[in-house]
Amino acid sequence: MAEHIVTKKQYAYVFVILLVLTLGTTVAGNMDLGPFNVVVALVIAVIKASLVVLFFMHVYWSTKLTRLVAVSGIAWLGLLLWLTLTDMISRGWLGVPGK
Amino acid sequence: MITATVEARDNYLTHEYGVKSWLLTKDHKRIALLYLASITFFFFLGGIFATIIRLELLTPPGDLVSSQTYNKLFSLHGIIMVFLFLIPSIPATLGNFLVPMMLGCKDLAFPKLNLLSWYIFVVGGLFVLYAMLIGGVDTGWTFYVPLSTSYANTYVILTAVGVFITGFSSILTGLNFIVTVHRMRAPGLTWFRLPLFIWSTYATSVIQVLGTPVIAVTLLLVALERGFHLGIFDPALGGDPVLFQHLFWFYSHPAVYIMVLPAMGVVSELVSTYSRKKVFGYKFVAFASVAIAILGFLVWGHHMFVAGQSVYASMVFSMLSYLVAVPSAIKVFNWTATLYKGSISYDTPMLYAFGFIGLFTMGGLTGTFLASLGFDVHVTDTYFVVAHFHYIMVGGTMMAYLGGLHYWWPKISGRMYPEGWAKLSALVVFLGFNLTFFPQFIMGYLGMPRRYHAYPEEFQVYHVLSTAGASVLAVGYLIPAMYFIWSLRYGPIAPDNPWRATGLEWQTSSPPPPDNFEITPVVTHEAYDYSVVEEMTVG
Repeated sequence: MAEHIVTKKQYAYVFVILLVLTLGTTVAGNMDLGPFNVVVALVIAVIKASLVVLFFMHVYWSTKLTRLVAVSGIAWLGLLLWLTLTDMISRGWLGVPGK
Repeated sequence: MITATVEARDNYLTHEYGVKSWLLTKDHKRIALLYLASITFFFFLGGIFATIIRLELLTPPGDLVSSQTYNKLFSLHGIIMVFLFLIPSIPATLGNFLVPMMLGCKDLAFPKLNLLSWYIFVVGGLFVLYAMLIGGVDTGWTFYVPLSTSYANTYVILTAVGVFITGFSSILTGLNFIVTVHRMRAPGLTWFRLPLFIWSTYATSVIQVLGTPVIAVTLLLVALERGFHLGIFDPALGGDPVLFQHLFWFYSHPAVYIMVLPAMGVVSELVSTYSRKKVFGYKFVAFASVAIAILGFLVWGHHMFVAGQSVYASMVFSMLSYLVAVPSAIKVFNWTATLYKGSISYDTPMLYAFGFIGLFTMGGLTGTFLASLGFDVHVTDTYFVVAHFHYIMVGGTMMAYLGGLHYWWPKISGRMYPEGWAKLSALVVFLGFNLTFFPQFIMGYLGMPRRYHAYPEEFQVYHVLSTAGASVLAVGYLIPAMYFIWSLRYGPIAPDNPWRATGLEWQTSSPPPPDNFEITPVVTHEAYDYSVVEEMTVG
């Protein structure tokens, strides 16, 4: 399959968006958003990572198989977090230390 | 068995000569042999540690080595056997040799990356060896915190870095296999015509690529906390020690399937060849490999039932753990069904396959015991667990590895091994293995804890039996090592297809030419179609 050529303009747009989001992280980092401190930081980080994967790493223009590989990696990270959280969240429900 | 006459043909062993031709080779077959030599070295090194452990345990008091030395011995035994022998064993040796040949192509998709994988493996191994020589490590192969981060006064970081590095070798090998299976199959070789060894190797590769980065990150976090006091696992610094176990077992439980899935692939090939029948329920066996690879990632919490994990999470992990038994049982039942009304021959590889089926079944069934919450609390950290995982890793993987090595040895070396000695060694290995590890089930159930170098006298009889068994097992492993080396020079010349098997690897010469096939093969039949071989033999 022929390689998709990304124009310099497209790269520049993505780069500018990444810079804006970095600025957003810095501004949010200096604000006290209470329980949303981590949420906001993570949301911005996920958007930035997605932009890098989709455009700088060309997944946006890749085959279905390549996209499946990328999604599998994220799904497996989700699996790790999800089943670990079943423990972290439910610890203490019984009121018995260590259970 | 078919015999052959001497006929000089260009092959991968004689195509080039000299150390440089080996160290800079991009031929998957030569790289497989580089791995074979490396992991054999590590196997015997790990075996030496096991021998000293068993000698120490002959008598109840800790009289041969100190408790500190004992801790280092079982740690290094585990680290070397798991990371430097079992994980690369079948994929990196038999897999490297066979995947391109079974697919009918010249090499793996990325030959240079394949060589790099071996160099990375060697560098990681040297780190572990260096750590061993300057003082060793005493955390166990599991590197549990807070022992590894706060209390151990041994070479934890150096060893962890070694394991970290070998992980990249594993990832690159897995990646290479996945791309090769997708892109380089011979004309006509559809997914459902693939040998089952390829299916299981493919499933293993998926685990390697998805799981190994997590152990790498985990060990890096251990090093960061130990070296820079970052608060990740230490509660005093705001961390969570149970989090380490989640991260560690997220990889290390699927790692068991990295060890045993390729072994299952080998056994599928052996059972089919030596019963002259198609594998019963081909698609079920193929998809069972994929199911094991996926379900294997959902069960890690069963290692943590008494580690402070919440009861609710434990219940979830317990139920999920039982699920893995389903695809594993599918395989065992289907191998057995394949044997039914088969024309069975009892050549050495088949003896190892029989050994695998029996021992893996025992290891698997005791695994379901351990998945049950109540029973697991009773036997956690006892010899019952030690016996269980040795039945899987040694009784399973090691038996299949030896069976596979015998089966493909004529193709690898171009020589036959002495069948009588080989059958004897298969029997000795089977008996020695059971004598070593079956008593461990009993003493574990009775309460003998693992990782103790001194123990109450009532357990001595089981330890004596176990040590006697280990001696027999050692003999069983030394015999093949000797006759394989002997056969390289004195073994009878092997024919191209001594077992009248069906895979593409048997359609080329023994040993194969550098590019595997003179002409790219075209596949027109399903896997394990013995009518084709009969026609060729008659023709």
